[in-house]
Amino acid sequence: MRSGVIARKIGMTRVFNEAGEHIPVTVLKMDNVQVVSVRNQERDGYNALQLGAGLAKVKNVTKAMRGHFGKASVLPKRKLAEFRVTEEAMLDVGATLSPEHFIAGQKVDVVGTSQGKGFAGAMKRHNFGGLRASHGVSVSHRSHGSTGQCQDPGKVFKGKKMAGHMGARRVTTQNLEIVSTDVEEGLLLIQGAVPGSKNGWVFVSDAIKMKRPDEAPFPAGLIVAGSDAPVEEIVETAADAAPSEDVADVVAGSKEEGKSDEG
Amino acid sequence: MNNLDQIGKKQMDASLAERAIPEFGPGDTLKISAKVVEGTRERIQAFEGVCISRKSSGINSSFTVRKISYGEGVERVFPLYSPRIQSIEVIRRGAVRRAKLYYLRGRTGKAARIAEKTVRTSAS
Repeated sequence: MRSGVIARKIGMTRVFNEAGEHIPVTVLKMDNVQVVSVRNQERDGYNALQLGAGLAKVKNVTKAMRGHFGKASVLPKRKLAEFRVTEEAMLDVGATLSPEHFIAGQKVDVVGTSQGKGFAGAMKRHNFGGLRASHGVSVSHRSHGSTGQCQDPGKVFKGKKMAGHMGARRVTTQNLEIVSTDVEEGLLLIQGAVPGSKNGWVFVSDAIKMKRPDEAPFPAGLIVAGSDAPVEEIVETAADAAPSEDVADVVAGSKEEGKSDEG
Repeated sequence: MNNLDQIGKKQMDASLAERAIPEFGPGDTLKISAKVVEGTRERIQAFEGVCISRKSSGINSSFTVRKISYGEGVERVFPLYSPRIQSIEVIRRGAVRRAKLYYLRGRTGKAARIAEKTVRTSAS
């Protein structure tokens, strides 16, 4: 089992394929997805990779987390997530994942946090039919109607579908097809919709109900270091600043960090 | 320019390299050669009618063409950058004062005519 990746939903657009058909696609961006930490069988009882994505301002990162990132010599990450992997798919700490981790035509599962709908009625939340528009119905056209029987059983059964909070929960969409990948921009183009709003974090992994194609890189599609020299430099400064006990140093370091990030 | 625009622009440029898009607007009579797949073979089908609307939205741009076919109004929406379109030809320019000519839907025959636009050359 390979690792998944963390990505950010950019939005939806369309592409035309060779046959001239139009395909609706969701564009996901993988921004500096790196292995921050590993969990192994001996120490933790399971094998997993902790990945981080995005770039957090150092001033917004707690000292404890700065130490954690410093240990891995990676820039502070906005989002961290663990992915269970088998032992042979383990990666080194600091390895950067590339969009070429997935190949075009491959099926993936995408996990995201769905858009919150607030307190929603039974019609919207559970597709109830509501009550009639006329024939004596007053005020309660969109109500759920009866919730049970009479004195026997004398209660409303647990799990009865009613109005309540809807959305803003973890949703998985299975078997979405990868249309294409763009290494330079770090983009994944996935056919169809993925859960969540724009700029929301999503986790993309190989579809569990499909066989992983043999062409897909194993254990992972990585960006080989060397081309990202400037990134390395910043990594070192971050690593220096993080374990420092002197508060002034850390603050100064974080200020420099913030400037260099913006610039 | 964000990533979505970039993806659209790349495709738009590729499409423009294949075929140029003439200047046209609502009221113009167009002849569109579109590729249609029938079973296994592909052929070109012409669709001629009045452009009644244009939508400009990057790669999602489209235009609607209306014609009367055997006494029945037919409208077809073409994506402007679709690879299925082989050519767009402007047959006649129409003088109209609306961006969307949806009022043509309620009219037939003489009432649905559009006056031809006469181009005034500023130099001569």
